[in-house]
Amino acid sequence: MANESDNLGLEITELRLGLPGDIIVVSGQSILGKKRASPEVESNMKCEPATKSQVVGWPPVCSYRRKNSLEQTKSSYVKVSVDGAAFLRKIDLEMYKCYQDLASALQILFGCSINFDDTLKESECVPIYEDKDGDWMLAGDVPWEMFLGSCKRLRIMKRSCNRG
Amino acid sequence: MNYFPDEVIEHVFDFVTSHKDRNAISLVCKSWYKIERFSRQKVFIGNCYAINPERLLRRFPCLKSLTLKGKPHFADFNLVPHEWGGFVLPWIEALARSRVGLEELRLKRMVVTDESLELLSRSFVNFKSLVLVSCEGFTTDGLASIAANCRHLRDLDLQENEIDDHRGQWLSCFPDTCTTLVTLNFACLEGETNLVALERLVARSPNLKSLKLNRAVPLDALARLMACAPQIVDLGVGSYENDPDSESYMKLKAAIKKCTSLRSLSGFLEAAPHCLSAFHPICHNLTSLNLSYAAEIHGSHLIKLIQHCKKLQRLWILDSIGDKGLEVVASTCKELQELRVFPSDLLGGGNTAVTEEGLVAISAGCPKLHSILYFCQQMTNAALVTVAKNCPNFIRFRLCILEPNKPDHVTSQPLDEGFGAIVKACKSLRRLSHSGLLTDQVFLYIGMYANQLEMLSIAFAGDTDKGMLYVLNGCKKMKKLEIRDSPFGDTALLADVSKYETMRSLWMSSCEVTLSGCKRLAQKAPWLNVEIINENDNNRMEENGHEGRQKVDKMYLYRTVVGTRMDAPPFVWIL
Repeated sequence: MANESDNLGLEITELRLGLPGDIIVVSGQSILGKKRASPEVESNMKCEPATKSQVVGWPPVCSYRRKNSLEQTKSSYVKVSVDGAAFLRKIDLEMYKCYQDLASALQILFGCSINFDDTLKESECVPIYEDKDGDWMLAGDVPWEMFLGSCKRLRIMKRSCNRG
Repeated sequence: MNYFPDEVIEHVFDFVTSHKDRNAISLVCKSWYKIERFSRQKVFIGNCYAINPERLLRRFPCLKSLTLKGKPHFADFNLVPHEWGGFVLPWIEALARSRVGLEELRLKRMVVTDESLELLSRSFVNFKSLVLVSCEGFTTDGLASIAANCRHLRDLDLQENEIDDHRGQWLSCFPDTCTTLVTLNFACLEGETNLVALERLVARSPNLKSLKLNRAVPLDALARLMACAPQIVDLGVGSYENDPDSESYMKLKAAIKKCTSLRSLSGFLEAAPHCLSAFHPICHNLTSLNLSYAAEIHGSHLIKLIQHCKKLQRLWILDSIGDKGLEVVASTCKELQELRVFPSDLLGGGNTAVTEEGLVAISAGCPKLHSILYFCQQMTNAALVTVAKNCPNFIRFRLCILEPNKPDHVTSQPLDEGFGAIVKACKSLRRLSHSGLLTDQVFLYIGMYANQLEMLSIAFAGDTDKGMLYVLNGCKKMKKLEIRDSPFGDTALLADVSKYETMRSLWMSSCEVTLSGCKRLAQKAPWLNVEIINENDNNRMEENGHEGRQKVDKMYLYRTVVGTRMDAPPFVWIL
């Protein structure tokens, strides 16, 4: 303990450029054992050259390939299930600009007609979606942009299945 | 001096198909020039601004097939602004006016519009083949015109284009009478396809050999498509997600077994790895495999698949395969000729997926290897020397170490000696791109040994103008030189102006070249177009006194017989 505080004293008087709480490593041992540096500081210590990811056109991968490789990190594809259908489909919600576009696409894919403006009215198909919190919501209530951001999964319920 | 009548000579020329050879033939004498030009059917134009359509048609009136390339190669990496040029419409308009019997059009890095596709589809009765690579500017409406109007369409091949997908019914625009399709590749389309129309089209195309689907085509549709096209040779799978216990997966497995002609596999844009085994039964026939977009398939599944592919000649893969995976490739794929290993983590994370060890293993195991593109985290001179010894037959060698200026990770030396060994051993090397820490020395080696080199890509390399001079003086066959972020300036640029007449083009960006240097070059060489691309500064750079010494951000020069182009946007200044 005495050793530690001795070293601590010396380090404090040393003039350095660095954030407070920087780990000072002496012979492999971290002196400021109790005070852990914050994660952001720790990652800065790894000396990653900032230029690497900021250089335009580097690494030399063509833009088509770039777009398709980043796809899975921010995918807007959601699964769509229809009651009674044998298999699910996947659609890219970002392809559509409004609920009407989505309704047309669902018409092509599944042959069911949906009116997002008045989803509970006469029609046989009721669209519901699973949001970020895991709750099942009736589609069409919130503005399109908000729906885009929160929809994780879509399900078309057949009205005849859920009566009573 | 001809001892044979013209028809006999023409018949002999029919056997000469390579455009380089035909160009050579036409230089022998006036008589041969004349015979050759009337019998030439296929023309290749490497730079669409080197010539214009009118002159092309005057010389080759019997043209049937045209290949055109537009933007410079670095446009692939966003170094060339979108509006720079490379418009195909004037070409199609001129060809249409001349009533030439165009059958095939192949475009790379050009701007194509729906209007030009519509005009193309209506102007040439025998039009058969459209191949678009890395093009942009059109939508699925343009594709609909092609589908609807080209009655004898054989090939519609869309590779890595930026297409605005209107999710319309372009596939349904193929008339029921269209049964001639051989190639249908729409993998780069983003949107939904009309699956019913697609299935009917495939079912009525008995000659269909190459089918590449986009990600919107699900597994069950794939099974049905393969069932009606068992003759398929080249397949691009779209979305590949399914439950291995499902009925559609069973159907797929059965369909795959029947595709005994299948030789080339690609796609897997979204993949469920545990379903890959469905393809194992046909792997032993595969000569080409492209899994470079299958980011979700991890190393072990890739390896299991590749272990069955003993006849593979071409492999495109992600670096997630790892060095161990490359060792499996080396021990399995003895016929391998071309390998491309792409980075799976573009933002650069420290994930050492492949290193010099994988490259050495491949070079040791695959004696027929002649083309490689390899993205890796680290390299050593020793490894490159070994690779050169193992594979002296490289024609294309492209190595990209992800971190610029990274030295040999063991010795901390520049990688000059390693690349020097490559150019010294590989006497047939035509294309090279290097990376890592490199001094003028590597260029000394390149100038000295790379006698057949036609294309060289330089980035973050060299110390002085000497580097560039070694290359310009030494590489007699240089055609395309592209340089970025390297300290080469006016001295090197102006040393031998006549050299550029023997080259197709030179690109220099973020180098030390100045405006006055470029102006002097343009003055000395009126047969060159010297373009200054200056997106950030809308005002033209004025030359007076010290401002002439202003460094030019991007310069692109190319030989041309038709002078300054008229379609340049405001930010391109042609000197």
